[in-house]
Amino acid sequence: MTFKRKLLSTAAILALSAGAAHAQVSGNVVKIGVLNDQSGTYADLAGPGSVLAAKMAVEDFMAKDKSLKIEVIAADHQNKPDVGSQIARKWYDSDGVDLIVDVPTSSVALAVNQVTKEKGKALIVSTGASSDLTGKACSPNTIHWTYDTWQLANGTGKAIVQTGGDSWFFLTADYAFGHALERDTEAVVIKSGGKVLGKVRHPFPSADFSSFLLQAQASKAKIIGLANAGADTTNAIKQAAEFGIVKGGQNLAGLLVFLTDVHALGLEKAQGLIFTESFYWDLNDQTRAWSKRYGAAHGGKMPSMGQAGVYSGVLHYLKAVSALKSDDGTKVIAKMKAMPTDDPLFGKGSIRADGRKIHNSYLFEVKKPSESKGPWDYYKLRATVPAEQAFRPMAEGGCPLVAAK
Amino acid sequence: MADQYKPHASRDDAAEARYDRRAFLVMMALFLVAPAVVYPVFVMKALCFALFACAFNLLLGFGGLLSFGHSMFLGMAGYASAHAAKVWGLPPEFAILAGAAAATLLGVPTGLLAIRRQGIYFAMITLALAQMVFFFCLQVPFTGGEDGIQSVPRGHFVGFLDLRNMTVLYYVVLAIFTAGFLLIYRIIHSPFGQVLKAIRENEPRATSLGYRTEHYKLAAFVLSAGLAGLAGATKAIVFQLASLTDVHWTMSGEVVLMTLLGGMGTIFGPVVGAFAIITMENYLAELGSWFTITQGAIFVVCVLAFRRGLIGELEAWLRRRRAG
Repeated sequence: MTFKRKLLSTAAILALSAGAAHAQVSGNVVKIGVLNDQSGTYADLAGPGSVLAAKMAVEDFMAKDKSLKIEVIAADHQNKPDVGSQIARKWYDSDGVDLIVDVPTSSVALAVNQVTKEKGKALIVSTGASSDLTGKACSPNTIHWTYDTWQLANGTGKAIVQTGGDSWFFLTADYAFGHALERDTEAVVIKSGGKVLGKVRHPFPSADFSSFLLQAQASKAKIIGLANAGADTTNAIKQAAEFGIVKGGQNLAGLLVFLTDVHALGLEKAQGLIFTESFYWDLNDQTRAWSKRYGAAHGGKMPSMGQAGVYSGVLHYLKAVSALKSDDGTKVIAKMKAMPTDDPLFGKGSIRADGRKIHNSYLFEVKKPSESKGPWDYYKLRATVPAEQAFRPMAEGGCPLVAAK
Repeated sequence: MADQYKPHASRDDAAEARYDRRAFLVMMALFLVAPAVVYPVFVMKALCFALFACAFNLLLGFGGLLSFGHSMFLGMAGYASAHAAKVWGLPPEFAILAGAAAATLLGVPTGLLAIRRQGIYFAMITLALAQMVFFFCLQVPFTGGEDGIQSVPRGHFVGFLDLRNMTVLYYVVLAIFTAGFLLIYRIIHSPFGQVLKAIRENEPRATSLGYRTEHYKLAAFVLSAGLAGLAGATKAIVFQLASLTDVHWTMSGEVVLMTLLGGMGTIFGPVVGAFAIITMENYLAELGSWFTITQGAIFVVCVLAFRRGLIGELEAWLRRRRAG
């Protein structure tokens, strides 16, 4: 048993040294934990880039306000909810973390949401997508910052119909998440006056979309909606390019696509793809200036909307902490909701009582290779959805916090 | 590998039992004080996986059956107990029992199908069935698909132990682990366990001695499934969630690694293996993208240097010392 004793004592030493390093941590030091996927599917759109964004927020905040001591740490939740919730508990209980940010993968975000509420700390979800975070799972300790599934489905569905894409065909991943995306988008399309010509469900995950894409092509729908995510979306886009679907006059609409996906696909494959995002680096002078700074520190890569959301969320959090002179999670979140938000990336905005951050949302189309002027010049803006229409109305979310009032 | 299976001389049996008892006491002492030094949720997670690995080892190490689908028992039990606690509002002890019962029930048809084949075919059948269970969990509404079942209430164990208190929860989990562990120890050292080992060594010979080997294998499979379910159900209550991670096939692979790393066919090996893997998962998480690389490198070293597993090597060394 000597091994185990050694193992446990090593573990104990590790735990103690970690404890000693942060022993001074009290209300005086604000500790921010970036919890995301550092090595898996979402490492590109969140991962180390989000850690950098959080550090930049701290830097920019410190330049104006030196009253706080701030520390940023990070960990990899490996997209497993039990690993994520365990790290969150440990951070809150023994490492003195005051705020957790980012948290891609809805199941992990929901688990951390629960832990945060139980411990009375603060959580800003940026890359996590589930609109349940401001719906039935809403919490007085959580703000859902950047985007959510309702916003993407609604923005994409409505704006595309309004800009002429009025007949749809859905390619849906056959599991709860895909069904929900399809259902929400279909409702919006029909409500906005479009029609759905057909739909097909593909197994999750799938590598071969040929028969589904041929059905979509044969439907003659103007828009093929991809109600799936991650590798399924990129595979479907690649194969659609091989079938010449976009060149044949149909457009693909992605319901969950990020800048980093487009970058990985390349313009040749991704051209003509339409989707909704809350942020693009090339929107205005301020976003360009910030993204250039970010890129310089991150190997020339431009930020995804999730990473931009981490910056903006952390900055607003620090402003609230400074105004309150306290890092009590529940109070800070309440203060954040009371203060209007303002930062270079998302402009002026606000946070609703159910924890939903409100800002504009944009419908983008991926450029043709001939239209692109340089690296990372990928999007053209097709429509802007104003902030007040971009997100699900509070009354429809079923958030118990709001109903109680 | 072969020398590990050598039947011990009866003179050694008493010594083995003494050694086991001593090791057990050391282990229990460590677990009793562990929450004072190590973060309790971490130890609870490791205890759940240790029980899972012990249950798996009952089948692999003592029955010689390599199942590559044990995640289905862990995961299904998690879903069953989370559902029982959250939707039916059962107290935690019944929720955990419901989970273990669900896994046991699932173990019967799976076992019946799988034990008809041996070796790689057995592994493939269990893997195929586990994939079916995975897709079932992905599709049916009650599991919540990708999001899993979240915010499972912990409630009061047997009416008065408030599981929201971390210390109480820890000792309840420890008690469940110990009960499972002792049950496995008892099974291995019972006449049933002896027959199981005989089947592992030489199935035709066991048949010729008049044992219905199919019955024994099925019983071992169902017991292993039920105990894996006990681990999964407890885990769901500890983490207050049940998710697809636990039914995914990588979990079946992870438990094989835990068992091999600790020492297949040893009593304490799976416990040590589970703690080693969970420790890595936990403390290497902060290495970010280096996590998977480091884990891989450690496995390569273990496979090259300790082929009998950590505890297997230790036992072999002790035995050599006794002999010499």
